[in-house]
Amino acid sequence: MKKLSLVVGIVLVSIVVAMALVSLVWTPFDPTRVVPAEALQKPSRRHIMGTDGFGIDIFSRILAGSRIVMLVGVIAVGIAAVLGTPLGMFAGMVKGWSGTLVQRATDILFAFPALLLAILLAAAVGGSTTTGMVAIGIATIPVFARLARAGTLQVMSQDYVLAARSAGTPWLSVARRHVWPNIAPLIGVQASVSFGMAILAEASLSYLGLATPPTVPTWGRMLFDAQKFLFNAPNLTVWPALAIALAVLGFNVLGDGLRDHLDPRLREVS
Amino acid sequence: MSLLSVENLDITFGRRRIPAVRGVSFSLDAGERLGLIGESGSGKSVTALAVMGLLPENAHVSGSVAFKGREVVGASDKVLSDLRGDEMTMVFQEPMTALDPTMTAGRQVAEVVRLHAGADPGAARQRVLDILAEVGLPDPARAADAYPHELSGGQRQRIMMAMALVNRPDLVICDEPTTALDVTVQARVLALLDEELDAAGAACLFISHDLAVVSQVCDQVMVMWRGEIVETGSVAQVLGDPQHGYTRGLVATARLDLARPGSRLPVVEDYWTGGGRP
Repeated sequence: MKKLSLVVGIVLVSIVVAMALVSLVWTPFDPTRVVPAEALQKPSRRHIMGTDGFGIDIFSRILAGSRIVMLVGVIAVGIAAVLGTPLGMFAGMVKGWSGTLVQRATDILFAFPALLLAILLAAAVGGSTTTGMVAIGIATIPVFARLARAGTLQVMSQDYVLAARSAGTPWLSVARRHVWPNIAPLIGVQASVSFGMAILAEASLSYLGLATPPTVPTWGRMLFDAQKFLFNAPNLTVWPALAIALAVLGFNVLGDGLRDHLDPRLREVS
Repeated sequence: MSLLSVENLDITFGRRRIPAVRGVSFSLDAGERLGLIGESGSGKSVTALAVMGLLPENAHVSGSVAFKGREVVGASDKVLSDLRGDEMTMVFQEPMTALDPTMTAGRQVAEVVRLHAGADPGAARQRVLDILAEVGLPDPARAADAYPHELSGGQRQRIMMAMALVNRPDLVICDEPTTALDVTVQARVLALLDEELDAAGAACLFISHDLAVVSQVCDQVMVMWRGEIVETGSVAQVLGDPQHGYTRGLVATARLDLARPGSRLPVVEDYWTGGGRP
């Protein structure tokens, strides 16, 4: 079915958002309280996903971890889209050395993986959720810049831009009224896909201990804590892994669904 | 002083300086209509874009284009933006692609008003509805709120004309405005253009490869071939008694009524081979 990916995406993303919102006001147990007597329990009515090596309720930790997921996703994608999109539009509209400079600069940035950038930042200013978010955001800028540039080049070659220019529209207004509305769907789709990538990157950073401190519940940190018990209590690994996989899948599928839904060319052929 | 005066216009493209227009000179008085005919690639549209100052950045222009005594070649974008859309405007060939698909037709027309008159939204809206009625759209309010894909080709071309005429310009450049339209719609749009140009008292540079269309709208005509103007004169004179070999060929090939059914249609080269063509 054509709309399937859009529906699945919306459902999965809604679940993550709902989990984050619920965790703000309620979790079954305190997601940071250590109870040694209740360590490594199997799933039961009291602890529906069981407890980890410190006796912390896993379901509560998963709920609380979704907060970080949303925070990192929104901030990192926000940084990338807000800085990358105008840069790409600039590179696409301005010919000559300044446009080329922007393009080459983003190409150089593109060569740095998000993880490497985060390790550099963490080494320089210390690891925290903020450095993680900023590092992922900066590393994602080239993705938006390139996409925006490609979209802008396509729009700029259209007759309606020439028509707007012939009506006396200054360049800045052309960017705002003609280029941006025509590339906005592209950027929206990319934002959703990048959100998934940001979740994955944040989980990796937390796992490595380079972003969010160990005391704050995150899915990546849960995986790290769980690996000690991989063989005698595998459910510790399964829950956070499942949460990460489903969240990333949700945002990716949402992006795909939006693309099919928004792209008029794809709509026409089907 | 003439409204538009072009002198020794030379335009080349790219690093290899490929010539597109060579030594073109002409002038246009207020209210005058000048046709510019020639085949594809002869430099018609490039000449028009040079007059508007809209050539791409890889174009090298020399010579002079003076509009109301002001030099266009080398003028700043700010100066040109004030002229464009207000005193000189342009109607494009392809109404399907010359309107932004993300904006309603009315907003695109209103934008032209707002850019130059600085009118408040209410007044601009009224101005838009007036001009849409003037260009013969039966339901201006509906057309104004429609997106381009909801309009037909003829309707879109009328919207384009509304955009070009709404600020009562002194010069309207029409770049093959009826090529994309079918013949009946073409006739109606041309009649309307004729009427509107008269009403606005605007001069017109009308670009076409269709001799019949040019003779319907224009008094004077220039023939362009390979970037040069080869013949100029009144429509009756040029089409009735062409002097240049290329024009003779052009006029002769347009007489399809003389072609015998079933025989090969005539081409310019049948009448003139003076261009050193292969």
